[in-house]
Amino acid sequence: MREDVADFTIAHEKAQSFYASYERKGELQHQTHYCPGCGHGVIHKMLARAIDEMGIQDRTILISPVGCSVFAYYYFDVGNIQAAHGRAPAVATAAKRSRPHSVVISYQGDGDLSAIGSGEILHAANRGENITVIFVNNAIYSMTGGQAAPTTLIGQKSTTTPCGRSAANEGYPLRVSEMLATLEAPVYIERVGLGDNKQIAQAARAIKRGVENQVKGLGFSLIEVLSPCPTIWKMSAVDAQRWVRDVMEKTYPLGVLCDRTKEARVHAMPAAAPPLEELPRLLDIPEDDPAVDVPEGAAKAVDLQVRVAGFGGQGVLLLGEVLAEAGLDAGLEVSWLPSYGPEMRSGTSNCHVRISNETIDSPMVSSPNMLIAMNEPSLRKFVATVRPGGWILYNGDAIPADCVRSDVHELSIPFTHVADEIGDARITNMVMLGALLEITGALPQASVDSALKRLVKSARWYELDERALERGREIYCGSLAVI
Amino acid sequence: MRKQLMKGNDALMKSAILAGCRAFYGYPITPASEITEAAALYMPKAGGVFLQAESEVAAINMLYGASSAGMRCMTASSGPGIALMQEGISYMAGAELPCVIADISRGGPGLGNIAAEQSDYHMVVKGGGNGCYRTLVLAPYSVQEMADLTALAFDWADRYRTPVVILTDGFVGQMMEPVEFHAAATLPEPPAWAVTGHRETRGNLITSLHIGIDELEEHNRRLEAKYQSAQHEARVEEFCMKDAEIVLVGYGIVGRILKAVTAEARAEGIPVGVIRPISLYPFPAASLRKAVGHGLVFAVVEMSMGQMVDDVRLALNGMRPVEFYGRCGGNVPSHDEVLCMVRKLASDFGCHNISAQEKEQMVHA
Repeated sequence: MREDVADFTIAHEKAQSFYASYERKGELQHQTHYCPGCGHGVIHKMLARAIDEMGIQDRTILISPVGCSVFAYYYFDVGNIQAAHGRAPAVATAAKRSRPHSVVISYQGDGDLSAIGSGEILHAANRGENITVIFVNNAIYSMTGGQAAPTTLIGQKSTTTPCGRSAANEGYPLRVSEMLATLEAPVYIERVGLGDNKQIAQAARAIKRGVENQVKGLGFSLIEVLSPCPTIWKMSAVDAQRWVRDVMEKTYPLGVLCDRTKEARVHAMPAAAPPLEELPRLLDIPEDDPAVDVPEGAAKAVDLQVRVAGFGGQGVLLLGEVLAEAGLDAGLEVSWLPSYGPEMRSGTSNCHVRISNETIDSPMVSSPNMLIAMNEPSLRKFVATVRPGGWILYNGDAIPADCVRSDVHELSIPFTHVADEIGDARITNMVMLGALLEITGALPQASVDSALKRLVKSARWYELDERALERGREIYCGSLAVI
Repeated sequence: MRKQLMKGNDALMKSAILAGCRAFYGYPITPASEITEAAALYMPKAGGVFLQAESEVAAINMLYGASSAGMRCMTASSGPGIALMQEGISYMAGAELPCVIADISRGGPGLGNIAAEQSDYHMVVKGGGNGCYRTLVLAPYSVQEMADLTALAFDWADRYRTPVVILTDGFVGQMMEPVEFHAAATLPEPPAWAVTGHRETRGNLITSLHIGIDELEEHNRRLEAKYQSAQHEARVEEFCMKDAEIVLVGYGIVGRILKAVTAEARAEGIPVGVIRPISLYPFPAASLRKAVGHGLVFAVVEMSMGQMVDDVRLALNGMRPVEFYGRCGGNVPSHDEVLCMVRKLASDFGCHNISAQEKEQMVHA
């Protein structure tokens, strides 16, 4: 107790959670920046008192909004974050999830919360974020001089509703608390007022409860406070309080809109994070060398530029992936590029694969030396791009007469029929890959086997794919015998 | 660790977690969605937070909250989504909050299309939000760089307390190449300025509001000094630049095409080289000015109607002619198109026709 007032009992002392003085005000550091009669000062006191009583000053993170209470951080001696207009619930969400032990209080006015930030509050409430929201509703934009808010009453004049709000033009006053109370997640939503001392006492209880719910880990609480704004309403402080009671309350009835605190499940604290050395394994990053026994020098000097094209579902991308993985296992440089662009949304699909014993400059294969055309449209699209001396593998009886080129090699077989004979038309891609591998002779079988094993998890499919690859090799060799 | 075939988008996300990122907030958009999906899968395993936000606006503000609380955090999006994030990026730059934002860019303006373009350059490099601020921007051109530059982005974000953007395109995001993660996993302590809900950080305040005019000017001057102090971080790759008379400039996937074209043009005896900016801000202007010594003409190739070309012109300040070749809408400048331009420039500017022997030496230089 201070010496100069030793003979007195201090009944109401400034809350510990407030700074001793208000620095911004220069010579008037004992005064707040709020107007006389404004509800913010009262609400601040109630919130600071609640923080004191619960002993959570060190744990509290207050999110200041844009609007009259933008400077809340000058008053509250707690951790402070100032958020963009409307975004406080998003900021609060991440602050709380980052620091689950903290007590995060999002403080917003009606312009901030119910207009520009209506999306953020709706979704934070719907996720049941374990935060406390203080929603100060004075039915108008005050800081900016009295424009209409979504909460402005029907008939209420503002600088942007000079003749009074009409439902026909601006719609009806938005009842945020009622709306949020329809959601399943919020545990506690109450509307209180600052219309008289009785209401103020109830407001203090509700605010404390909203913070307690969070400390207990119960979930999302929102306290809407009907708050007087004598300056913008152009009333005396006394009349403004009366207006809260007599007018605002008719549109915004006080009371508890939802209370699920009894049945709420306590938010569990997150499990301990895994040790850092565990991360590569958890991220599926292998630390050891692959178990591929590729003899040194087995891979030949190679510059494979492959374009694989077909219908979606024919295994175009997987064919390319097995090829690239096998190249990597063989100690070569590789790249794999899927068709990218509008084709992603239609039926055709193609990919570019490069395998080289030198650094690959561009992953784009615009002039392939190997085209795998799994259907006729793909053949027609890419036939002209194949380099002279290159190869075309075509899934069909014969290349259509108007696509025949004399300066490239070609192997045309209805590969799908072959695949069907082996057991499944879906392994057409692997039959064609087998032929490609035999033609190029660039990749050791061991690297192909290991690539396939990595990419094809099912034993049945692995076995089928291996047979398909072998059959593809035989087909190419057989075609030579015919020649 | 061994090399592993992986998509660029996956490499980026895994690298982020290894670099200590423990919070990902994002909203799906093609062609960046795989990053968000990888975050959904891996972030919880690493003990981090993943949340699909209700919008890009919410996502960036969640980063604002996470970063304020001292977490290494990131998001990923593409053109239209990055446009929505600009408000939050400006706030984070103003409040000096580190974060990493991946922009896997697509065609625009408006809804444009989902094909690759490089037309987010102005928005990202020049700052699409309000006020005097910059974001640091890195432009990977390979899957390995997606991993390496992501780790670097987190370092820069913390060092300069500012948002860092990884700007690349759908090709680099979607393609697979072998990648090796070089650094061991790390998890930095929360910085002293963060608001963590502890006694030690109780007095901390995160805000971008400076209501006094002199106070805001001082703040902006300090931010500018910080951006200037980052200039030495500029990164660039020079390819065949020793004697290049035609200097090709391009970033991201275009850099790969320019290298391929250079190999072909050199084989024809045309003295061409490539300057590939790896950081777009700070912009490697010094490398360009250095090349004026032997460069007769500079040619910028972009997948846009011309955006980075402005920075090249500024860097050269009229010292050399700057040509431009651009394709967009998802069209990629082909080897042939660029080679044609190079041949024409060689003829227009009378670049040396060198002997076969000299040519041989150059190719192997």
